[in-house]
Amino acid sequence: MTEADNPFEAAPIKRPARWHILVFLAPAFLVYTAIMILPLIETLRLSLYNLADGQTVFVGLANFITLFSDPRLSASFWNALSNNLIFFVIHMLVQNPVGIALAAMLSVSKLRFATFYRTAIFVPTLLSFVIVGFIWKLILSPIWGIAPGMMDWVGLKWAFAPWLGRADSALITVSLISVWQYVGIPMMLIYAALLNIPDEVLEAAECDGITGWSQFWKIKLPLILPSIGIISILTFVGNFNAFDLIYTVQGALAGPDGSTDILGTLLYRTFFGFQNQMGDRSMGATIATVMFLIILAGVSLYLFVIQRRMRRYQF
Amino acid sequence: MATARTSYLRTGLIHLALISYTLIALFPVFLTLVNSFKTRNAIFREPMAIPTPSTFSLVGYETVLKQGDFIGYFQNSLIVTVVSIALVLLFGAMAAFALSEYRFRGNLLMGLYLALGIMIPIRLGTVAILQGMVAAGLVNTLTALVLVYTAQGLPLAIFILSEFMRTVSDDLKNAGRIDGLSEYAIFFRLVLPLVRPAMATVAVFTMIPIWNDLWFPLILVPGEATKTVTLGAQMFIGQFVTNWNAVLSALSLAILPVLVLYVIFSRQLIRGITSGAVK
Amino acid sequence: MTRLLKGMLFATTMFAPAGAVLAQDASLTIESWRNDDLSIWQEKLIPAFEAKNPGIKVTFAPMAPTEYNSAVNAKLEAGTAGDLITCRPFDLSLAMFQKGQLSPLNDLDGIGNFSDTAKSAWTTDDGKTTFCVPMASVIHGFIYNKKAFEELKAEVPKTEDEFFALLDKIKADGNYIPMAMGTKDQWEAATMGYYNIGPNDWKGEEGRKALIAGTQKLTDADWVEPYKTLAKWKPYLGDGFEAQTYPDSQNLFTLGRAAIYPAGSWEIAPFKAQADFEMGAFPPPVKKAGDTCYISDHNDIGIGLNAKGKNPEAAKKFLAWVASPEFATLYANSLPGFFSLNSTAVKMEDPLAQEFVSWRQNCKPTIRPSAAIVGRGQPNLDLEMWRVSANVINGTQTPEQAAEETQKGLDSWYKPVK
Repeated sequence: MTEADNPFEAAPIKRPARWHILVFLAPAFLVYTAIMILPLIETLRLSLYNLADGQTVFVGLANFITLFSDPRLSASFWNALSNNLIFFVIHMLVQNPVGIALAAMLSVSKLRFATFYRTAIFVPTLLSFVIVGFIWKLILSPIWGIAPGMMDWVGLKWAFAPWLGRADSALITVSLISVWQYVGIPMMLIYAALLNIPDEVLEAAECDGITGWSQFWKIKLPLILPSIGIISILTFVGNFNAFDLIYTVQGALAGPDGSTDILGTLLYRTFFGFQNQMGDRSMGATIATVMFLIILAGVSLYLFVIQRRMRRYQF
Repeated sequence: MATARTSYLRTGLIHLALISYTLIALFPVFLTLVNSFKTRNAIFREPMAIPTPSTFSLVGYETVLKQGDFIGYFQNSLIVTVVSIALVLLFGAMAAFALSEYRFRGNLLMGLYLALGIMIPIRLGTVAILQGMVAAGLVNTLTALVLVYTAQGLPLAIFILSEFMRTVSDDLKNAGRIDGLSEYAIFFRLVLPLVRPAMATVAVFTMIPIWNDLWFPLILVPGEATKTVTLGAQMFIGQFVTNWNAVLSALSLAILPVLVLYVIFSRQLIRGITSGAVK
Repeated sequence: MTRLLKGMLFATTMFAPAGAVLAQDASLTIESWRNDDLSIWQEKLIPAFEAKNPGIKVTFAPMAPTEYNSAVNAKLEAGTAGDLITCRPFDLSLAMFQKGQLSPLNDLDGIGNFSDTAKSAWTTDDGKTTFCVPMASVIHGFIYNKKAFEELKAEVPKTEDEFFALLDKIKADGNYIPMAMGTKDQWEAATMGYYNIGPNDWKGEEGRKALIAGTQKLTDADWVEPYKTLAKWKPYLGDGFEAQTYPDSQNLFTLGRAAIYPAGSWEIAPFKAQADFEMGAFPPPVKKAGDTCYISDHNDIGIGLNAKGKNPEAAKKFLAWVASPEFATLYANSLPGFFSLNSTAVKMEDPLAQEFVSWRQNCKPTIRPSAAIVGRGQPNLDLEMWRVSANVINGTQTPEQAAEETQKGLDSWYKPVK
């Protein structure tokens, strides 16, 4: 096992005229640039324009100033941002630890039924949002009696409340539904990372008497730290772009009273419009740009600070 | 003896925890399936009940099979998903290899550039994408969807794969170089087999949003011949009345193909390890 | 930028087969959000048209209603939208017309079959140009379970006092939830609540026009009053109504668990299909016996011509047919609850639909107050009313606060023309 503190410094042998780098990069670069980046630039540049008398006019940063100075717009923006932070924190505190724990248990060697568990736990992640929205609304509905009935069996009926309909509990409830749906992602990624650890390493640890829990904490966890980094950053990016689940469970208005509105729903409502509200491309693009900058800041922090400091092991 | 007992206990606890979580994961799915076999009234009268002879009904499945060509929709979805996954894996792994293996000017910038795509929802670029597809004559072809999904899947694939490729031993690659292998051979013959678990992971992550996407099929390929399953199922979601029998049936059926793909891919996790051990 | 984009796209897609669109001499596609009507179009309306117009083939292509506005806009912009565009009322379609995406229809055969009121939802502010053929309006009121009313020996309420007395009676009896409505989806609270009962307070068109002229404000007593009434609904709704969705309300009522359903007439057909009991309907009760009654009779669906459509001539033939009394009769009878806007009287067979439409004779019709002109800016008045109506019923906002918030939002962009 060799250790490379920084992959960029530990690069392999250099050669002249390395055309293969170009060949390796070209297909991804071209498709990605043509179909994703250029259309997105085309859209994001609208944040610098606005409609005046039916004409598109260059307005510089005026849209951004409006977004942060207009009392109503800025209030919805900060509301969405803070809800989004709560949404993210719940995922980090529940989804990722649960995902890691499940992966750790699944990777115990010679565990029977592991394939079954792994598949079953991943099924929610494969479901369409339409089903997830329908079934959880049905389960949590005060009317059709699934959740109240089940809580009654265990004597907890008194604790039932129409969670999705109350401003103080809706966000947490939707976050937990999202956790339920997506726990398969960190589970699978960590599982892959754990399987990637060579048996020799674990055998050596066992010879030293490190087994069970302490083996997980002392040997496996440091080795999968880069993967935990990846799931954290993916959770961050995914949560700050999230939209569909809130949209199907709580509607585009993300009620009650905007309490489940996150940046994604705010963006879609503004950009594409909703019901009688017309889409506002310029303001939508402005919000998208701000979201992009927030996410970029997070990802850059990860790429330039955390990832570079992370100890990475090669097998 | 004592250790054996604790290990039994430990395994028992692990099973208990996994079974509990499996129940949490599957209970809503089970409810969906159960209710897809019931009449509308029975769904809401007693959502928890198992279908009885009086409430059992295949009306949802019948509606689905009658309305539109669902077999064709499944075929379209499968083609689009499988081809997109293949392209994402191939192009993504190549780019990830270039980024993680070689030190060149702009490496980090290129990495960041290729990651930008996970930070903005591609849906915002809809109008420009549609205009481009119109110009290229690709509207109402599955190619249009494949291109969009490939572009959409690449950033995440590159991001994950380059992280995993950094864990592939330099000694191994350098040994290959000394043996006179070309860079392409090193990539395809040495590195790819070693990152198979990561490739499988990426395949699964790529497949989910593609399979369940409604927006791009709606915009790019609304034609009858190119409809996907998700687009086909949305016709049962009305303005005021949603045919839940049909929606639940269509979407329950729609789980099966992705579930099969998932099982296929997740087996690669194990295979990757066994082949890795041979090195 | 776009050229570069197209170039690159082209370069990366050379290997793809060109998506050849088969050009028939006249095939028309209708873009619509009415998934619900697919079978009616396929089985009744389109065959009727095609029988008379051989050589024109019509496809009805509906999509999920929530995606319609954004999807159809994207398609219109890129030029892939169908020849015929189903029109939402008022500003959304007006914006399409102003962008040149919909053609003017002033000289369409049969457009004279519609009154100015019928056309108002699809006509420019100056009243000069109409750009969609009006298809249908919807009326608000209350649908009730006749069986429940018989069991309780209840009478249809005429005044608000009678209405609340009736609700008390149903509640005391305990067999039925008095009223099936939830606030989770928010639009129920506004559309079936505020817009339904409000016209009696703000006196229909009079109040609506005064609001546009700026002579009345949403904080005036006439506009706050309906919120006060809504706040009193809370005890009569089912347990956990805060998390009750619109389909939940529908199911509660059609499964016979609730006695009264604050409704839009569009429910008639689906309710008939699902409920196994007789239903009746009554208009929003007035304050005092003898008061003039007002009903919300809202223009809801029209159909327009895509200015960049491929077969404008065939499409115009189709639109002229939609404007004809023949279509009106067919449509209104296939979809009871979507009332024809055609000036020619339409004979409807459905008794419940007849009941709804009979209110037009005694009550003064009006459209939803947030739809025209004051619904044009940001924040959107309609959506604001959804939100605050739900808050008022939930009890998280007082009627006065709700009114104040909506007026504040309106003031932030709307300047009445003096």
